[in-house]
Amino acid sequence: MSKTEKAPTPASERASGDKPFLSVRDLRVHFPTDDGLVRSVDGLTFDLEKGRTLGIVGESGSGKSVTSLSIMGLHRTGTKRGAPRISGEVWLDGEELVGADPDRVRRLRGQKMAMVFQDPLTAMHPYYTVGAQIIEGYRAHHPGVGKKDARKRAVEMLDRVGIPQPDKRVDAYPHEFSGGMRQRAMIAMALVNDPSLLIADEPTTALDVTVQAQILDLIRDLQREFGSAVIIITHDLGVVAELADDILVMYGGKSVERGPAATLFEAPEHPYTWGLLGSMPRLDRELQDRLVPVKGTPPSLINVPSGCAFHPRCPYAELTGDRSTTEVPVLTEAAPKHHAACHLPIAERHRIFAEEIAPRL
Amino acid sequence: MLVYLIRRLINVVVMLLVVSAVTFGIFFMVPKLTGSDPALLYVGKIADKAAVEGIRHKMGLDKSITEQYVLFVKGLVVGRDYSTGVDVTHCSAPCFGYSFKTEREVWPVLLDRLGVTASLAAGASVIWLLFGTATGVVSALRRRTLLDRITMTTALAGVSLPIYFTGMLASAIFVYQLGWFPHDYVNLTDDPVAWFQNLVLPWITLAFLYAATYARLTRATLLEVLGEDYIRTARAKGLNERRVIGKHALRSTLTPILTVFGMDLGALIGGAVLTESTFNFRGLGYEAVAAISSSDLPVIMGVTLFAGFFIIIANLLVDVLYAVVDPRVRLA
Repeated sequence: MSKTEKAPTPASERASGDKPFLSVRDLRVHFPTDDGLVRSVDGLTFDLEKGRTLGIVGESGSGKSVTSLSIMGLHRTGTKRGAPRISGEVWLDGEELVGADPDRVRRLRGQKMAMVFQDPLTAMHPYYTVGAQIIEGYRAHHPGVGKKDARKRAVEMLDRVGIPQPDKRVDAYPHEFSGGMRQRAMIAMALVNDPSLLIADEPTTALDVTVQAQILDLIRDLQREFGSAVIIITHDLGVVAELADDILVMYGGKSVERGPAATLFEAPEHPYTWGLLGSMPRLDRELQDRLVPVKGTPPSLINVPSGCAFHPRCPYAELTGDRSTTEVPVLTEAAPKHHAACHLPIAERHRIFAEEIAPRL
Repeated sequence: MLVYLIRRLINVVVMLLVVSAVTFGIFFMVPKLTGSDPALLYVGKIADKAAVEGIRHKMGLDKSITEQYVLFVKGLVVGRDYSTGVDVTHCSAPCFGYSFKTEREVWPVLLDRLGVTASLAAGASVIWLLFGTATGVVSALRRRTLLDRITMTTALAGVSLPIYFTGMLASAIFVYQLGWFPHDYVNLTDDPVAWFQNLVLPWITLAFLYAATYARLTRATLLEVLGEDYIRTARAKGLNERRVIGKHALRSTLTPILTVFGMDLGALIGGAVLTESTFNFRGLGYEAVAAISSSDLPVIMGVTLFAGFFIIIANLLVDVLYAVVDPRVRLA
């Protein structure tokens, strides 16, 4: 695995001052609905440097995608129906985005920050050629560039993401591409303006397994080449194990564990992460009887369980007395750079993991 | 694209044959089943036996039904002669039949009436397309605002009110009370200005009915399209909202509108019976009604067939436009 190969970027290489390249501070995204307020993201904080990859992991509805759309400024804004209330701060290269003018954020979108979506078939316009869609993205941020040069750039990008005969395929429509090729084209479209931040939201979920590996390799190669910051959003721990330097585990709109990929896989701190690891198939260990799913269902984001949102599903909740049901745990450092939000004493967690969890993994 | 076109054209030819066969069947076979004699219908009520037999022979009604159909199709393509051996009536191609009641070929009548109907349909369709889609778009973008509610309520009224109500009301006010518009049809070639003046009111009245449907359709489709993933992608590329709506969303909204437009236009040319009657225009619909009340069978059949052809042709045009708009259709 590659996760140990990369060294963290030294602070001297940071883009602006002492602020990290991307810094999300206490982000809250709440959707008012007829049934009540949906707290999709509720106080999320994380940092990301250029050249690093952050994996955001969690179940459906844990707030992963909502987070990425907020960074990109892609939620409806204002008082429109269905528009979420967004608070907190998102700093990108020294610029705050949540409170910024929407038109300013639009100008950054596609240029400084770009996004790759889950299903490349529905994410591309079926009526326009792949080339036209890439060219459009390029010219939107390079108004002085002529059609010919933009087209050249599109062919170059298609070539870079490994599409054969890019000068011909540039005129093909999305439906004429295979799933993997479409996702490559989607990546080419996202990278056409050399963004410093790339967000990939479940980039491989809609693809078959062999193609998944190719796409992950491609993202890794491109990241090394361009030195951008990458956020990979996924429910698949295998994907982040491949790519991420750091991992953020989300549960019920909050981050429950955050740390370097290496230590997070070797010594996970949060009972929810244990559950996730237990439910993941792995080839590098002996065959166990069966995969163990995390018991129960994801929490309601309207009536979030009191205290620790994970307590109804946590096998160890009773060990904390009634703290788990009354008090919201905060992220505390359990190991260097490794934070977890759990009421269990650190020593107790390490004991449980060593005695009960690790042998079963 | 060429393959697609050829396939559509073959389809059209088959459809035309089917329509002609069905129409022929209805007008020549069904009367026999009910025991009435087509020849009798052709000559009218007061006729002696010899006259009926004469017309039967002249019309070829004594031949077998298959032979009659072949003659009928042949007439459409190359024209035909109705002949008793002595008395010959020529009906030149395309022969949609010969009215013995009015002693004229049906086709020139159809052609003459088509001008009126086509003028009516063309102007009205331009108005309803422009206004219908435009209000639909505005409504969708200003969703749940007062403007949206007002336009959609008006649209509901437009769909619900029949043309003979709105048409009569409009005539009563603007033609007879205020005297703003004349109300007799004038040929475009005779006097374009008068043609336009006379048609404005019928156009608007007819367009009101259709624009309402189009506004609602456009609004619903656009709202659906705006929820598509590729619209989010367009925004993620940093395109401005005008481009996202104008280029990405509207193009997808076009397809269902085209489909309905083809049908509506085809049907309208086939006979805007109510509109024509309301404004007293002698178009195809008017001709059909007149022919029905005088049991002029060949004319009724001619209008029916002609209308059927128009719907098919309109649909062919829609299919071609469809392929232009949506590249995926070209494969099918």
